[in-house]
Amino acid sequence: MNETMIDIESLCFKYRNEDPDWILDHISLHVEAGEWLAITGHNGSGKSTLAKCLNGLLVPEQGSVKVKGFFTSDEDSLWEIRRSVGMVFQNPDNQFVGTTVRDDVAFGMENHGVPREEMVQRLSESLELVGMSEFQGQEPHRLSGGQKQRVAIAGIVALRPSIIILDEATSMLDPRGKSDVLKVMHELNKTRGITVISITHDLEEASSADRMIVMDEGRIVREGTPIDIFKEPEGLVEMGLDLPFTVKLRQLLIEENGLNLSEKAFTEKELVDELWKLQLNI
Amino acid sequence: MMNIIIGQYVPGKSILHHMDPRSKLLAVFALIFIVFLANNWVTYGVIVILTLVAIVLSRVRLRFIYKGLKPILLVIIITFVLNAFFTKSGEAIFDYGWFHLTTGGLQQAAFISVRLLVIVIMTTLLTLTTTPIDITDGLENLLRPFKKLRFPVHEFALMMSIALRFIPTLMEETEKIMKAQTARGVEFSSGPLTQRIKAILPLLVPLFISAFKRAEDLAMAMEARGYRGDIGRTKLRLLKWGLKDSLLLLVVIVLIPVLVLLRG
Ligand SMILES: Nc1ncnc2c1ncn2[C@@H]1O[C@H](COP(=O)(O)OP(=O)(O)OP(=O)(O)O)[C@@H](O)[C@H]1O
Ligand SMILES: [Mg+2]
Repeated sequence: MNETMIDIESLCFKYRNEDPDWILDHISLHVEAGEWLAITGHNGSGKSTLAKCLNGLLVPEQGSVKVKGFFTSDEDSLWEIRRSVGMVFQNPDNQFVGTTVRDDVAFGMENHGVPREEMVQRLSESLELVGMSEFQGQEPHRLSGGQKQRVAIAGIVALRPSIIILDEATSMLDPRGKSDVLKVMHELNKTRGITVISITHDLEEASSADRMIVMDEGRIVREGTPIDIFKEPEGLVEMGLDLPFTVKLRQLLIEENGLNLSEKAFTEKELVDELWKLQLNI
Repeated sequence: MMNIIIGQYVPGKSILHHMDPRSKLLAVFALIFIVFLANNWVTYGVIVILTLVAIVLSRVRLRFIYKGLKPILLVIIITFVLNAFFTKSGEAIFDYGWFHLTTGGLQQAAFISVRLLVIVIMTTLLTLTTTPIDITDGLENLLRPFKKLRFPVHEFALMMSIALRFIPTLMEETEKIMKAQTARGVEFSSGPLTQRIKAILPLLVPLFISAFKRAEDLAMAMEARGYRGDIGRTKLRLLKWGLKDSLLLLVVIVLIPVLVLLRG
């Protein structure tokens, strides 16, 4: 029923031929249109490498990556793939190309040969969308990290993409910047149906995803809804992931206090509601 | 927050500010050569008057022009003195051993100093009334014909604009590293010179490492956003050639026969 956005068939990749192990080891993955997919895993598990395979910055050694029906190994469609797959990187400073906000948002459109008149129109439209309209002429060193990331998103949105990949895009931001960026992304996901792939160490952030993937040593080791994954937190901690506070609290309440909590109590609200009900039952 | 000004650009609304960078670049470039046509009081007079008119039109405060002149002032003074004392022509004013001051020498010194002054003031006016990015755009546009000779005009302009974009970032970073190294006991501002030069090393090494990391990240980000060189690119920033730009060039062109006629 849903359109397939990304179709990965047993993708293998390594940076150097002499490396003994695959950095990405037989990865298969389908992503559907409009989905919010979170990818987590410890440092060096291959998340960024996977992300770079999705817009053809890296091409598979074995297997295939298909984006909206185009193979990333096909040079001729690479350009169209990069237009429909936008990518926000970790460091806000190192992806800001223009000397001003306007110039930076336009950079992608210039590359793709958008006619100037349309460029100007899309420019104000996408700046509006990320709430950065009043910073048009601002230089990057006068912006906060969160603002820079929102400008990066505006630059991508202006290209009318189908997929946006956030590669730890919020990890260098303060809580305020982080929530601003995520708010914009949720808005884009809901109203424009843009597929979001969010790579993050923050399981709190991942818990709001539709689906979650846990990676370890180049393989997908867990896959499912955040509820499914957090239901069995064993193994996640060993992988160096920090569970969300509510998940830890729920686990402790069950193990130490012997409370009888249902399988759904993961968000703060759900947990509070359950606890209320427990109190009332006594 | 640091207030970093790149280049010398002074925001303003004067007629010079509103001109196309291309006309200003062409005019200044031409004037650097045209100034050499002047060789007597009348022709130098014409050029000085034009320069004064340009200063008035720019509506930039003299303080800023002086600032632009300052680094070159010593050179002008030395040129003046050397020319004044080593040119022997006309009547002697002063004669003592090695030194001869003659009217001809003084005149020659004055001419050459004025020539230098005019050139420096003209280029200063250009940078005072044009943002660095406009200058880059103007240059890219003017140098376009050289693309046929495989001169990487677009790449050059992009390099300039990225450099402009990253200067403040790298300056902030330098400051950060300096503070970090100071906290570790490195002295940047005191101690003997050799010590201070040695202290630069722990500053430069991390700076370079991070600059390379930035370059790598940036290249990746640019590619992800569809950059593939100069192929099929459109531009957001527009250059607008107006009537005043044509007029400026007309003045410059007319100046040539005028000076040729008036020179002695
Ligand atoms: N450009 C490269 N050249 C060679 N090896 C690389 C390169 N980039 C990453 N690697 C290696 O590939 C492996 C996976 O790296 P990757 O950056 O994909 O991990 P990650 O999951 O994104 O980690 P992190 O959470 O730290 O961002 C690591 O072992 C890393 O050392
Ligand atoms: Mg990574």
